[in-house]
Amino acid sequence: MSLLARMAWRNLWRNPQRSLLSLAAIAFGVTLLVFSVGLQIGGYEQMIGNTVRLLTGLAQVQRPGYLDAPRLRLDIPAARDLRARLEAGLRELAPGVVVAPRAQSFVLLSSERRSLGALLVGVDPRAEARLSSLPGTVHRGRYLRTGEEVVLGAALARNLGLAPGDEVTVLGSARDGSVVATVLTVVGVFESGARELDRSLAQMPLATFQDLFAMPDRVHALVLGEAPLDALPELVRRTRALLPPDPPLAVLTWEHIEPGVKQAIEMDFASGWLMYLILVLVITFSILNTFLMAVLERRREFGVLLALGFRHGRLLRLVLWEAALLTALGVLLGMALGAALVAYFAVHGITFEGMEVYAEQFNLPPYLTPKLTPFVLFSGPAVVLAVTLLAALYPASRVRAVDPAETTREVG
Amino acid sequence: MGRAGLLLRLAWRNLWRNARRTVILLLAVTLGVAAMVFAAAFSRGMVVAMVDDAIDHLPGHVQIHAPGYRDDPAAEHRFPYPQGRLRAVLDGPLVAAWAARVRVPVVVASEYDTAGVTLLGVEPRREAALAYLGRASVDGRPLADANDAGLLIGRRLAERLDTVRGRRVVITAQGADGALADRGFRVVGLFRSPWSSEEKGIALTGLATAQRLLRLPGEVNEVAVRAADPERLEALVAALRAAAPELEVADWRTLSPLTHAGQQLYSQFTWVWYLVVFLGMAFGLVNTLLMAVLERTREFGLFLALGMRPRWILGQVWFEALLVLVLGLAAGNGLALALARALGEVDVSAFAAGAELAGLAQRIPLIIHGGDLALANGLVLALGLAAALYPAWRAARLAPVRALRRN
Repeated sequence: MSLLARMAWRNLWRNPQRSLLSLAAIAFGVTLLVFSVGLQIGGYEQMIGNTVRLLTGLAQVQRPGYLDAPRLRLDIPAARDLRARLEAGLRELAPGVVVAPRAQSFVLLSSERRSLGALLVGVDPRAEARLSSLPGTVHRGRYLRTGEEVVLGAALARNLGLAPGDEVTVLGSARDGSVVATVLTVVGVFESGARELDRSLAQMPLATFQDLFAMPDRVHALVLGEAPLDALPELVRRTRALLPPDPPLAVLTWEHIEPGVKQAIEMDFASGWLMYLILVLVITFSILNTFLMAVLERRREFGVLLALGFRHGRLLRLVLWEAALLTALGVLLGMALGAALVAYFAVHGITFEGMEVYAEQFNLPPYLTPKLTPFVLFSGPAVVLAVTLLAALYPASRVRAVDPAETTREVG
Repeated sequence: MGRAGLLLRLAWRNLWRNARRTVILLLAVTLGVAAMVFAAAFSRGMVVAMVDDAIDHLPGHVQIHAPGYRDDPAAEHRFPYPQGRLRAVLDGPLVAAWAARVRVPVVVASEYDTAGVTLLGVEPRREAALAYLGRASVDGRPLADANDAGLLIGRRLAERLDTVRGRRVVITAQGADGALADRGFRVVGLFRSPWSSEEKGIALTGLATAQRLLRLPGEVNEVAVRAADPERLEALVAALRAAAPELEVADWRTLSPLTHAGQQLYSQFTWVWYLVVFLGMAFGLVNTLLMAVLERTREFGLFLALGMRPRWILGQVWFEALLVLVLGLAAGNGLALALARALGEVDVSAFAAGAELAGLAQRIPLIIHGGDLALANGLVLALGLAAALYPAWRAARLAPVRALRRN
């Protein structure tokens, strides 16, 4: 350690109370930042993860325009080949990747007592079981296997008055315009927690769906899942390269499919940073006085040092060293405390009044778990460090105004 | 009074003995208070806009349904068009506007595609008074009266069905008797709504037309009520329940749990933010006062030696804190109020889909609420004075002889 650093360190502890209070202020701010950012990032990851895992997948291959106007005829031909090609081509990037084919149509479901509109989706049960969390939420009966069967959302089943074992009539129109009218057996009821899905979604085996709706080997979406979130851009790029030129196909990421989730995150992120900035400024003004006093109150001492041959520049560096040491210490302390808080709540979760309702809306569990990432640990502290050191420049600049002859004459 | 006045004067003068320090401290307090008040105004505006939106779109503060309808919105859960005692309450002074409507899930098909929507059979005059879709602009003509046989659908639904104004669509629904009914409708108008879920999922026709389709003569599924005084919903709910004991009367808190949860979430958030910002500036307050005390050790020693009571010393330091806090509060409130007035509202329409998912409005008014203001100011003053006790106590506890001897 250089002489200046050692002097700075000693100077800090000449007024331990003041230094400790400043230290506490910085540590408080940093702790709070690390914890809040951890909570935000953790919450976003839960939100994205659950959205992606529920049904959406990381990305989907669809015909352009299908997302906004899901028409039966906007489908992907030769789906089996394309699916195999995608699976083979993407396995190198993500060994566990799943490509789940889906076809869907809006139909009228009827039981003996009630008729309701629903979205009927033809799925590959084995691929869904790997890609989507929905099969795992079947709480009565079982998930799909094959043949003339269907699983219903809990509210849909309740409103239709149906339970596993019952039959349901499907009324719709096929791809060729003919009428679809058939009877399926309800084998299971799922409760995903997402109200919209539980109220209006039904799934059946894809092969049967394709027969019924006269769309052999055609699907509406190939859903990509079970790849790491940060591999998404590369996943999209490679998928695009694997697609046939005709008909034109689009690769949509979860952000396109669920813009609400994406924008809610962005909105929360923007308002979060505004608040952090204000907090950092309040804390900075709070400790600016400490830095200032550390200079003004020691004019006599600085005068003596100058008289002994200390240069102004060295004096300035001494003062900056003091500020840097104090800040660094506070930041380190805050990072440790913040990381400890994050680690604790990452295990135990954290919840608020009213959280349950929001949790349903945003596909979250009713408690949040913060997450510790390098971004969480370093971004907030880096801002505090930068702003605090910037603030220290002003008091340090006052050192230049010290005139040795004058200050040593003053009676302290 | 005389003594307090003297201490106050001393405190005032002491503050400006080191003007730079005081100004920096004031900056911290001002910024902190402004951040509190502004955040409270934003969060209050968010809640108010959210509740207003919910009430515009539900619509109404209170809704009446037949038992079972809310869980299973089907035509068979119906009740007679309001009359008798219920009608008397609805037309009474507690109610600003009301509308009775048929509201059922139906399937709508164009020649190209099929979609599931909610069909509303309405009396246009009453809906307008309720302000439901009242602000929505309509391309084409709006519904004329309860006998109107035309269909009004959302712009996005029309896109989805690939239909346009003047074309026909077929609506299939289950009537009150359980049998399926269908009927062709001419699309007479397309409406726009700030909520995409409404543009995608609502179709409106005349009340009588819907009653005929669903075989609900003289019956409805829902009565939506706008309260004359939203602050006194309990009285309205109680009066409606008494007038229609066989029906379910629910206020918007029950009807829109997301809105209610949002309200709870934001009031908690405001408290947490108050405390966090306060703590941030409390460090500065305590530290600065402590410095001011320590550097005046000699002076306080002299006072004490001359017979000033330790209590007065404490009072003097405490008054300094009080002055800083009062000045900071004045400046902070002023800054926040000026900012809120200058901005008026915050536009979050860049995050429209996110706002809709969170049940938020796209334009958030900044609302300065007396209670929020009092809370922020009271909290800063009370906790600030409590925090200042430590330096004041340090000053009062000085031993005169040692303090005097210190150089």
